[in-house]
Amino acid sequence: MIKFDQVGKLYPGGYEALKKVSFEIDKGELVFVTGHSGAGKSTLLKLVAGIERPTTGTVLIGNQNIAKLRRAAIPHLRRRFGLVFQDHKLLYDRNVFENVALPLSINGIVGHEAGKRVRAALDKVGLLSKEKAMPVTLSGGEQQRLAIARAVVSRPAMLVADEPTGNLDETYATEIMGLFRAFHQVGVTVLIATHDVHGIAALGGRTLHLDGGALR
Amino acid sequence: MIRLWLIQHGQALRLVLARMWRNRLSTLMMLGVMGVSLSLPALLGTVIDNLTRFSGELRLEPQISLFMRVESTPDQVDAIRHRLEGHAGVATHRFVPRDEAWQALQASSGFQEVTSGLKNNPLPDAFVILPKAQTPEAVQQLHDDMRTWPEVEHVQVDADWVKRLYAVVELGHKVVFVLFGLLGFALMAVVGNTIRLQIMTQREEIEVSKLIGATDRFIRRPFLYAGALYGFGGGIAAWVILSAVLWLFNLTVQDIAALYGADFMLHMQPWDKSLLLLASAVLLGWVGAFLAVTRALSELETS
Repeated sequence: MIKFDQVGKLYPGGYEALKKVSFEIDKGELVFVTGHSGAGKSTLLKLVAGIERPTTGTVLIGNQNIAKLRRAAIPHLRRRFGLVFQDHKLLYDRNVFENVALPLSINGIVGHEAGKRVRAALDKVGLLSKEKAMPVTLSGGEQQRLAIARAVVSRPAMLVADEPTGNLDETYATEIMGLFRAFHQVGVTVLIATHDVHGIAALGGRTLHLDGGALR
Repeated sequence: MIRLWLIQHGQALRLVLARMWRNRLSTLMMLGVMGVSLSLPALLGTVIDNLTRFSGELRLEPQISLFMRVESTPDQVDAIRHRLEGHAGVATHRFVPRDEAWQALQASSGFQEVTSGLKNNPLPDAFVILPKAQTPEAVQQLHDDMRTWPEVEHVQVDADWVKRLYAVVELGHKVVFVLFGLLGFALMAVVGNTIRLQIMTQREEIEVSKLIGATDRFIRRPFLYAGALYGFGGGIAAWVILSAVLWLFNLTVQDIAALYGADFMLHMQPWDKSLLLLASAVLLGWVGAFLAVTRALSELETS
């Protein structure tokens, strides 16, 4: 599903975030990317989501070469992923329901069908009773669950999460990781970047460890 | 495909209308600004069109009036008549005897008081002449020629003021054109700036939308609708202002016209022109929004 071949990413100014990284992720896998901050985890995820382009090497996503993708094709690539960010990236002027409905409206799904899907997604993360609440009134863990609901609402084949438990205490973190595991169990490919090596030990899955931009 | 397209447009339109409704006051202010600035050239244009129509109802052939001296004898008048009959530049001429002119003046309204105070007829014999060639130069030549004839007191080209009116109307058209151009540009800038501010307040939403797969077109769409709607509302506001001002003017214009026994009023622009005004307002709003949102999107791209 995802194939990195000798991928390097050099940022303007000379900072080399990734050095000759090669790996493959198959459909339905649960993969963790670990490493200290600055090891290149976020860069790797950005390459997967088409937010950045590689400087060297090739990134194949479902047999599509990211580097050769037209600019206009990138939004369609991103719709195949559910993205979860460390800082949630929720819209704080919209309520829970509207936040989750955003990816659907981008896909042109509105009305009854959208409502059904939004509630199904909220149900999965346990926020169904709060659909009218504003995001600021939710706790940190609930906000991250809301972000996950938004990521899964358009039923993507793959979930990509950058430090989803970064700002959460241990109880919430376990809860969130449990959610990702549940999605993995129903066949969704899951790729999670985290610095919390202990938290993932019990979850199974494969680990890619980054150190100074290279896989170890 | 068409269904999806309709859904997406309906969605964008509803979003924009909801946003405008939430900020009713600033939306109204915006429409007011646009309405006022559009109505100014539209009003001037309407007045000028009415003047054109009015002048079009007048005879445009330049008539020349030739007045004899008051004390000239019938023989001298005959001599002039012969000259006119033989003149190559004269198409037709009509003799107006001084007695006939005097009676006509006494009969016409408003002059009784003036004429009753006079014992003798102060009017001279006159000829009304229609020149063959109607170019201003030829008419002027004929005019200059006749002035040198004996016993001719005064020669007047009656079309002078029509020509002046024409020149003024022509100038007016240019002023309207320039005014529309300048205010149109200003409107585009105003709409563009408003849209830019809206984009700034929704920057987060745009960034998130892009991250989860929104196309540029999806992001641009509601702002383009907003711009076009501002234009539409502004055009309607301009039309309302124009109608109200014309109605107000007509109350007075008709009074004045009635005093002169004339039936004259300012007419509203015909439908096609009103629609043109509306369409150009919509287009200006759309273009302003398009420029603003395209610039903002490329800024987001590089940041």
